[in-house]
Amino acid sequence: MSRRKDNYETSRWLKFKTWVDGETDPLSSGMDPTEVIPESRMRERRKDLARRKAYDEELTRIAAHHEGKTEIMKARGIRYFQKFYKVMSVILCLGIILVLLWTVSALPVTGNAGNPANNEVAARYIEKGLQETGAVNIVTGMILDYRAFDTFGESCVLFIASCCVLVLLRLDADSKNESIKKMIAESDDRHFEPKDDIILQKCACVLVPVIMIFGIYIVLNGHLSPGGGFSGGAVLGSGLILYLTAYGYRKMSRLFTEKVYRRTTLCALTFYCLAKSYSFFTGANHLESGIPLGTPGAILSSGLILPLNICVGLVVACTMYVFYTLFRKGGM
Amino acid sequence: MLQHLSLNIEETAAVILFGVGFTILLLHRNLIKKIMGMNVMDTATYLFLASKGYITGRAVPIVVDGVQEVEAYINPVPSGLVLTGIVVSVSTTALMLSLTIRLYERYHSLDLDEILIMAKEEEQT
Amino acid sequence: MSFVQNFPFFSIIIAMFSGIVSSVLDGKKARNLSLVMIAVTTALSAGTLAFCLGTGESYTFMMGHFPAPWGNEIRAGVLEGVTAVFFGVIMFLAVIGGLEHTAEDVEEKKLNLFYIMIDLMLSSLLALVYTNDLFTAYVFVEINTIAGCGLIMIRQKGRSMSAAIRYMIMSQLGSGLFLIGLSILYDVTGHLLMSPAKESVEMLVAEGSYRLPLLVIMAVIGVGLAIKSGLYPFHYWIPDTYGYATPTASAVLSGLVSKGYIFLLIKIFYRVLGYENLVSSQMANVLYVFGIVGMVMGSLHAIHETDTRRMTAYSSVAQIGYIYMGIGLGTSYGMVAAVFHIFTHSATKALLFISAVGLYEVSGDKKDYVSLRGAGYRNPLAGIGFTVGSLSMVGFPMLSGFISKLLFATSALESPHKMLPTLIVLAVSTTLNAVYFLRLVITLYSRRRPEDAPIPETVPRKSWHLRLAILCFIGVNLVLGLASQPIVQAITDGLAMFG
Repeated sequence: MSRRKDNYETSRWLKFKTWVDGETDPLSSGMDPTEVIPESRMRERRKDLARRKAYDEELTRIAAHHEGKTEIMKARGIRYFQKFYKVMSVILCLGIILVLLWTVSALPVTGNAGNPANNEVAARYIEKGLQETGAVNIVTGMILDYRAFDTFGESCVLFIASCCVLVLLRLDADSKNESIKKMIAESDDRHFEPKDDIILQKCACVLVPVIMIFGIYIVLNGHLSPGGGFSGGAVLGSGLILYLTAYGYRKMSRLFTEKVYRRTTLCALTFYCLAKSYSFFTGANHLESGIPLGTPGAILSSGLILPLNICVGLVVACTMYVFYTLFRKGGM
Repeated sequence: MLQHLSLNIEETAAVILFGVGFTILLLHRNLIKKIMGMNVMDTATYLFLASKGYITGRAVPIVVDGVQEVEAYINPVPSGLVLTGIVVSVSTTALMLSLTIRLYERYHSLDLDEILIMAKEEEQT
Repeated sequence: MSFVQNFPFFSIIIAMFSGIVSSVLDGKKARNLSLVMIAVTTALSAGTLAFCLGTGESYTFMMGHFPAPWGNEIRAGVLEGVTAVFFGVIMFLAVIGGLEHTAEDVEEKKLNLFYIMIDLMLSSLLALVYTNDLFTAYVFVEINTIAGCGLIMIRQKGRSMSAAIRYMIMSQLGSGLFLIGLSILYDVTGHLLMSPAKESVEMLVAEGSYRLPLLVIMAVIGVGLAIKSGLYPFHYWIPDTYGYATPTASAVLSGLVSKGYIFLLIKIFYRVLGYENLVSSQMANVLYVFGIVGMVMGSLHAIHETDTRRMTAYSSVAQIGYIYMGIGLGTSYGMVAAVFHIFTHSATKALLFISAVGLYEVSGDKKDYVSLRGAGYRNPLAGIGFTVGSLSMVGFPMLSGFISKLLFATSALESPHKMLPTLIVLAVSTTLNAVYFLRLVITLYSRRRPEDAPIPETVPRKSWHLRLAILCFIGVNLVLGLASQPIVQAITDGLAMFG
């Protein structure tokens, strides 16, 4: 074993190592949150510690109470059970993997053009996709025109997930319930927020416009290049989140409140629903949809795909931002 | 068999990851790790799908210079399925994380067994 | 194309649209919208059913401008119509019956979110019933799962939230298996729509190629959906989930959500993988074994339980076992019995959960046997409802449970190898059912003893909603029990259209 350096305790490697091990927090010296922890939160923490301690004591008490062979047997039984559990979980994992590997070994070879999956379905998407949907990006044309019902369902998954998160994490400020008021006080993490961090604000100043423009570009070019509503919306949402972290809730609430969120999602999803209903209805009844597809490659082309991408982008951007705010402090 | 697996190397990796993720989701006691396991499992499925759509030597399915032969592009269907799947897994992850937050606030633990025991005790008192 | 053929599509879209609109309404308006929506969609489904019965044929409906192997599609036939009408009716009654409790259990400002879940749950159930596309099925299975999780945890109690996360974990395991099964299926067939996928599966079976992947697909999809519907060894999430949710949610989850998955499974077996292949590959026998084990074990667990709501939940495990046993019998008679039992169980279990609410109300919200003593006198209608439900589960003549047991027994006679075990297990399970359900019924109608703790004086709520729901549920049970012939005929026809 090599000799330790004399100044090992202060070396970067040790710091890095302890950080990897999760023993220290590299940010802890930068921000000292202990001064501003609200009393309620401290109390909760102490209660938590006390409860843990009581739990441990209870265990030792039980152990002391039932001294003798049976108890040792029981403890041994639990230990054996834990070992058994671990072994069983490994065996289960290996079993699933083996069955699936065996299946994979019987599946067609990757990258072979003659595989069953590369059949007339994919061929028509590629050969006629441009004429039938007007989208240069065949994948976008596929998910928003050929298989649009799936994609509509997928937007609804996002919508209902955001509703569930709202149920769980939204705290109504004007609630009369005492426990909710307490929770609001606790989850108010503005004490931890770096106040007017110059570096962050200047960076955000430069980055946010670029991110937003990039997001809008991705959304608008969904039918022409890689991208589309979902990816562009995620970029837009991250831009909003960066703005929020740099400038705080007060500035953000001028631009984006819960009302705005609700209205945007409502409008976007309603438009999506109506537009797709129209195209499903006309398609099934063999009517002309009457929506011009435009020249392929132009930004205003491919019929409903561009507006649908915008709608999806809005929904995703809002949902991402709302997830962030709800996870942080239970409201906008 | 091994030779075939080495030809299907992406799928092999995908199903191994799937098994690992599945086991973590089913058997690990820590909620956060369970969620990670779920994500590993979902992502493994997407890897599986994506590799199924790939054809050696062909380009992404975005029409360039008006070339519309089947021989020019890979299969676009799996890409679309992966796109849809990713959104679904984002939604479920967000939901499970928010449930975990609420449970942690209430019971100060991430261990599912402990949470269940404490919930039972709370009900009885 | 006649206008009526648009109705399945309209019903799915209307349900979704009302969910979307409810996000800006307040609780009461969302509730009314939801009730109107359920009524309208049920009427539309009835129209579809009438149309299909009239023409005697099923039809597919293009979702978009592109025909079968390229675009999405939905399909409507007699069986889909019957199931959709039935789900609509049960959903409506469950929402009506639990109206007051929902308003109590849910925070006022979040009430509209509860009804969003109900709306989207109905739309996803309808989509699962009507779908003709495997990937659409996956997406709507996810909506169904998330909505179900929302319905459980909306009560925001510790127990219901821990139940919700368990439910979510098990459901995600099921979804993961289902998705990997779909991926492998897509890899060997190249199709996601059910009809072309079935053609290529038939071709593969005839050629004898990809035998192993097809077997794994069956196993993985079967196990995935079995986990989600709570078949016996995967049932751990059921008691907590059904036991601690708000009454409407319990009724909906036990009556509809698990049935939606089973219906999808039957549809995939018939319309994609081929029921003959299922039987010849022994997968049917595996389901059969799990089914009969579940029938016995679920009932044994239920006998051990002292909390009556959890007891009812454990009885669901047994009833799911019945359904899988019917699927596993491997004959078309067995399948008819299984589908009929889906209806029986959702009507009866919803009745039990809803009428139990009336009994808990007059027993100081306690759910154990001692507190419920004499509750049948304190709330007569709820007592009658619970008794009818219990008798139906036990298999009393005139009620729906009797017919489904009769169907199971006669279909067992058709398959010689499985006749004996099926009949024995049916008898054992019926006895066990009788043990715990009749015990509770006797408790409900026995006099309180002087040493019993006094019941806190609660003003019994004179809610006409609950009464109406109980009466209607009893009516549905009687209809299923007395007029079973046309329904069984419709199921037989519908399954023939599947093939």
